[in-house]
Amino acid sequence: MATTSREITWGHDFDAALADAARSGKAVLLDFSAAPM
Amino acid sequence: MYTDPGVVAQVEEAFVPVRVHVKDQPTEFKRLGDRFGAQWTPTILSVDKTGQERHRIEGFLPVDDFLPQLALGAAHAAFAGGDYTAAAQRFDEIVSNYSASDAASEAQYWAGVSRYKGTGDASALKETARRFTERFPDTSWAKKASVWR
Repeated sequence: MATTSREITWGHDFDAALADAARSGKAVLLDFSAAPM
Repeated sequence: MYTDPGVVAQVEEAFVPVRVHVKDQPTEFKRLGDRFGAQWTPTILSVDKTGQERHRIEGFLPVDDFLPQLALGAAHAAFAGGDYTAAAQRFDEIVSNYSASDAASEAQYWAGVSRYKGTGDASALKETARRFTERFPDTSWAKKASVWR
C-alpha cells in the first residue's frame, strides 16, 4: 500500500497571510528560516 | 520539525504558515526581521490577526518539545484576540497532552487566567493556585499563581 506524507504549504507573503488570518480566525506562524527551500 | 505528521496537523489546524528565508528573500527577511527583532534562525513567531507577536520560539526543538510550544502560540493568540473560551481549551489541552513539557506549567497558569477573563469569576484563579500545589509546584509559574491563594 502506498503511503502519503503531508507537508506544510508555506506562504511567503506575510501581509497576505495576515489578511488570511483575520478572515479565518487563525494566527500566523511566521518562520524565519535558513533551511533549504 | 515540520515533517512530523503531528506538527503538520497542528500547523494546519491553528495557523496560516509563512516562511521567510534568510538567503532567498533577503529584502523580506530584513523588513520582517527588523520589525520583529528576529536575529537568528530558526525564529518562529505566533502572530495574531492584528500583527502582534504573541509567542516566540528561537532555535531548534525536538518534535516533543516543539508541539507544545506551537500549541502555546495558538493559545496565546486566541487569548490576545479575546476568545477566552478557546484559549482556556487550548491551554488545558497543553496541560493534558504535554504534561511533561516545559510548556505545561505556563499553560496551566494561562488556562486559569483565561477562565477568569472569560467569566470574571476570581475563583478560577484560586482554583489554579490550588492546582499548582499538586502539579508543577516547583516552577516559576507556580510562584506567580501563589498570590491567588
